[in-house]
Amino acid sequence: MSKTRKLTMAQAIAEGIGQEMARDASVFVMGEDIGAYGGIFGATGGLLDKFGPERVVDTPISETAFIGAATGAAASGMRPIVELMFVDFFGVCMDQIYNHLAKNIYMAGGNIKLPVVLTTAIGGGYNDAAQHSQCLYATFAHMPGLKVVVPSNAYDAKGLMIQSIRDDNPVMFMYHKGIMGLPWMAYFEGSSNEVPEEPYTLPFGQAQVVREGKDLTIVTISQMVQKALLAADELAKGGVGAEVIDLRTLVPLDRDAVLKSVAKTGRLIVADEDYLGFGLTGEISAIVAENLDTLKLKAPVKRLAVPNVPIPYSRPLEQFVIPQVGSIVEAANALMNARVAAAAA
Amino acid sequence: MQASKEQLLWMFETMVAIRHYEETMANVYLEGKLPPHIQKGLAFDIGSGPVPGEMHLAAGQEPVAVGVCAHLKKEDTVVGTHRPHHFAIAKGVPLDRMTAEMFGKATGLGKGKGGHMHLFDPEHRFSCSGIIGASLPPACGAALAARKLGKDWVAVAFFGEGAGNQGSFHESLNLAALWNLPVVFVCEDNAWAISVPKSQSTSIASVADRAAAYGMPGARVADNDAVAVFEAAGEAVARARRGDGPSLLEVKTDRYLGHFQGDPEVYRPKDEVANLRKNDPIPKLSNQLKRQGLMTDATEAEIVARAKQRVADAYEFARKSPYPAPKDALNDVFVSA
Repeated sequence: MSKTRKLTMAQAIAEGIGQEMARDASVFVMGEDIGAYGGIFGATGGLLDKFGPERVVDTPISETAFIGAATGAAASGMRPIVELMFVDFFGVCMDQIYNHLAKNIYMAGGNIKLPVVLTTAIGGGYNDAAQHSQCLYATFAHMPGLKVVVPSNAYDAKGLMIQSIRDDNPVMFMYHKGIMGLPWMAYFEGSSNEVPEEPYTLPFGQAQVVREGKDLTIVTISQMVQKALLAADELAKGGVGAEVIDLRTLVPLDRDAVLKSVAKTGRLIVADEDYLGFGLTGEISAIVAENLDTLKLKAPVKRLAVPNVPIPYSRPLEQFVIPQVGSIVEAANALMNARVAAAAA
Repeated sequence: MQASKEQLLWMFETMVAIRHYEETMANVYLEGKLPPHIQKGLAFDIGSGPVPGEMHLAAGQEPVAVGVCAHLKKEDTVVGTHRPHHFAIAKGVPLDRMTAEMFGKATGLGKGKGGHMHLFDPEHRFSCSGIIGASLPPACGAALAARKLGKDWVAVAFFGEGAGNQGSFHESLNLAALWNLPVVFVCEDNAWAISVPKSQSTSIASVADRAAAYGMPGARVADNDAVAVFEAAGEAVARARRGDGPSLLEVKTDRYLGHFQGDPEVYRPKDEVANLRKNDPIPKLSNQLKRQGLMTDATEAEIVARAKQRVADAYEFARKSPYPAPKDALNDVFVSA
């Protein structure tokens, strides 16, 4: 039996990276403030001391150069992990990410490998405004060629990180700041959990039912999983059984897990911290809609997400646009009283 | 170019106001962020208190702001950085609405939507961004507009030495030189890109040397001194205003506080800030003004009191202002056509 300890998500990620670096000399890390600082969000804590500055490389603020260099190094036999400090900063380097890292394998007819893990911090809730609070995982999932991993807790994060490093394709590994367990930011305590000491992997494309329920399904990801679990506790007090599905990866996406749960409950809420329009909530709703020949819904699908505005700074504004535990509870109760229109004869 | 008495006194008073503003913010920012008011197990909570979110303060970096802005008029454009307060204050952005923005209030410059890294004051032609290297392209655009409008307005882009390694820096310098734009690029070299020192991030010692690659004048001001900045900036601004094209100025300056408030600064040598503070530019200018007979102790006391009162008034305005209604978050994505 493997030994476990309670770790924060940041510690679990750093441990996973460190174990792969010890196992495989081709793995190295690049990014801004990842060395002495240990990553602004702690994802590379302690790695500089263990592996030295040749393998844990602080970069200039030159994302186009160092993310593009990760693509080049990967094509030449290395397995780089490269950090984009905030996902919002993708704007300065998207050409290297999307026109190159994401497309080169395809354009080469599958004749190259690009084992790059691009780690990045996502999410708001701490009043950092429009350029430092986005999730944007749906943006990266929308565009073919990137696997998209978005863990909700320490155990998953370590297994998914090791899986990401061992994958021969580019992987976006997106961690929400509000579940990293940082000493300087409020976080959801459910995100710190028991993590085995040994290395292990979790397969991509396997959602997890993190709470079972019979009345409605809440499909979600990342920090919103923790909010959904708190909402489910609240709903249970009123006799509503909410099933919570943590997608864990968006690419690949576990469609079957969604369909199976909705087939059981007949009600779906998609709870998301990304933008409402053209995103995760629409994608999951469409998957259900496409299967209404076999599925039977008891109520219309409900989408909760940021209502197509940039993330505002001021606390009352930000709290209003990002779905909260209370808004999930409210939506769930409304859904229990809603009905679908009768089918046409 | 020699500074007049009025310009020297303005620089002094503005530096005092900036320093007091930043030190006040450093205290206000801590309200509600420390135990026992925060989640158990945390040492600090960035998302709590009346001014939540990241906070980047510019104490120690006053000379670069006042030395450049002393040459500007209201119609000139300034684009600042994620650490923007000193530039905003020196450009004349009203302190009350700027502070209200940081408190997330409806009376703020952006009705609480922007916060401290995203201050927009179209009247005083000031803006800034939380993205590194983002100031240079829009400054080129403001300069281009001035020329198209037939005005002698200039644009100034402030950016840190870390931004000198961004593509936007190199692209903007080339564009400005190619099009002979009335823009001044001012690199604020505080030696640290968060935790990464300039020596580990930048291929040459002086960002100003990069001007040569783009065919524009480049100069470095090696001391954190308002008068030295004033003199170097005077020629660059005058050159732009004459229509003779862009310049690159690099100013050595000192970051007294963390990259952001709450930064543990584990990367920074312990005695560094104490040593930097020995060269504090505010007492330095005060002494110079008194030596030259341009300021008495009594005038200084008046100036300091006036600057502090302005700051106190701004914080009071911000605290007393109302929050926006939550649903106001849905407005202002677009202006009405």
